Amino acid sequence: MTEPKLLMQTTLLAGAILLENGAEIARVEDTMHRIAANAGYPEAQVFVLLTGITVSLPETDASQVRAIHQRGMDLEKVDQVNTLSRQFANQEIDLNQFADALAHVNQAVPTFPFSWLVLAALVVSVTLMVAFTGHATPADLITCGLAGMAGFAAYYWVNRLAHIRFLSEFVGAFLIGFITLIGFYLTKNNYHPDAIIIGAVMPLVPGVAITNAVRDTMTGNLLSGPARAIEAILSACAIGLGIALTSIFY
Amino acid sequence: MWHWLLTTGLLQTILAYLATAGFGVLLNIPRRAVNLSGWVGAAGWLTYEALYQVLPTTIDVKLAIGNLVAAIVIGVASGLAAHYKHMPMIIFNIPSLVPLVPGGQSYRVVRNLVTGHPEIANQYLAQVVIIAGVIAIGFLVAEFINRMTWHLAQSLKQL
Repeated sequence: MTEPKLLMQTTLLAGAILLENGAEIARVEDTMHRIAANAGYPEAQVFVLLTGITVSLPETDASQVRAIHQRGMDLEKVDQVNTLSRQFANQEIDLNQFADALAHVNQAVPTFPFSWLVLAALVVSVTLMVAFTGHATPADLITCGLAGMAGFAAYYWVNRLAHIRFLSEFVGAFLIGFITLIGFYLTKNNYHPDAIIIGAVMPLVPGVAITNAVRDTMTGNLLSGPARAIEAILSACAIGLGIALTSIFY
Repeated sequence: MWHWLLTTGLLQTILAYLATAGFGVLLNIPRRAVNLSGWVGAAGWLTYEALYQVLPTTIDVKLAIGNLVAAIVIGVASGLAAHYKHMPMIIFNIPSLVPLVPGGQSYRVVRNLVTGHPEIANQYLAQVVIIAGVIAIGFLVAEFINRMTWHLAQSLKQL
């Protein structure tokens, strides 16, 4: 038997990293339960909500809670936690090493540089515009690329500087609408504002969040699934309003 | 059909590969997974597009069946990729979903509501609900297939 306090903290930290970076509730519960079982507490109880996690060890009359305030998407961290948990299960590392490594995951993990992210936003916007609508005139391609990059860059920096989620989506969408509007007045014809906007908002829209909400609800997480849906609806509203503000001028 | 596959189909596959790989970068997936997740996404989107061409029904039914089968393809392919690369499945199936998920439709719902077209907004809302539900069911089916394959492989080993 290992020290219960360290075990509970490690389990909570692993669950928090997974939940903050885009894993579904079922995966978080499964990973946390595995860690506790591998440390010698198969009776451990894990309770995961979208906004907080509880773990309790019935044998020692102890439990701990951790609140989750921010949720984003960073699958590299999910992968690292998964790898560490697997190493712990195979007894390649002990609980102390596991706890140290987890604390490290939350601080320093390889990320793509900002220029790569903007380039990726360009690729996503332009390819999905062509795939969804079939419009590919030169004016469409150029405006969509510019709007996609600018929208994502604005979203990224507002998110980093202000930490207000829905504001960043609103600003990004507004910029996309604005650039599309400028393009509309600069070009004569062969220009499809609707197609451009659909492509350029793709890096921002909460499609994955909506699908995850349904998946969480289907696995029986009747509180977390709808909560995720509300988060997704708010992002969709922020984006829709940002675009709608500029669409008055057509 | 063959003509479609070699022209539009090929182009759509390349576009979906690029879009999935690009979204993978945005979600910060591990670098050694970017290429493979791109191919998983391309396979899913090609399935959807081909079914959309072939099925002789209304748009809503096409969306439902196309997304269901595409989600199953993505789920099974992600399971194989995850097994091959020793990574969690979520790294492959989340970016691959990006061409399918109803992000564009959800934005259109809000935009049409705000600009005063509630009946168009309703149509898109129905599509959002259908697509999201069908993708979730598709993933459940894929999970089932993955487990069956695993059990089959285990029992074959014991023989």
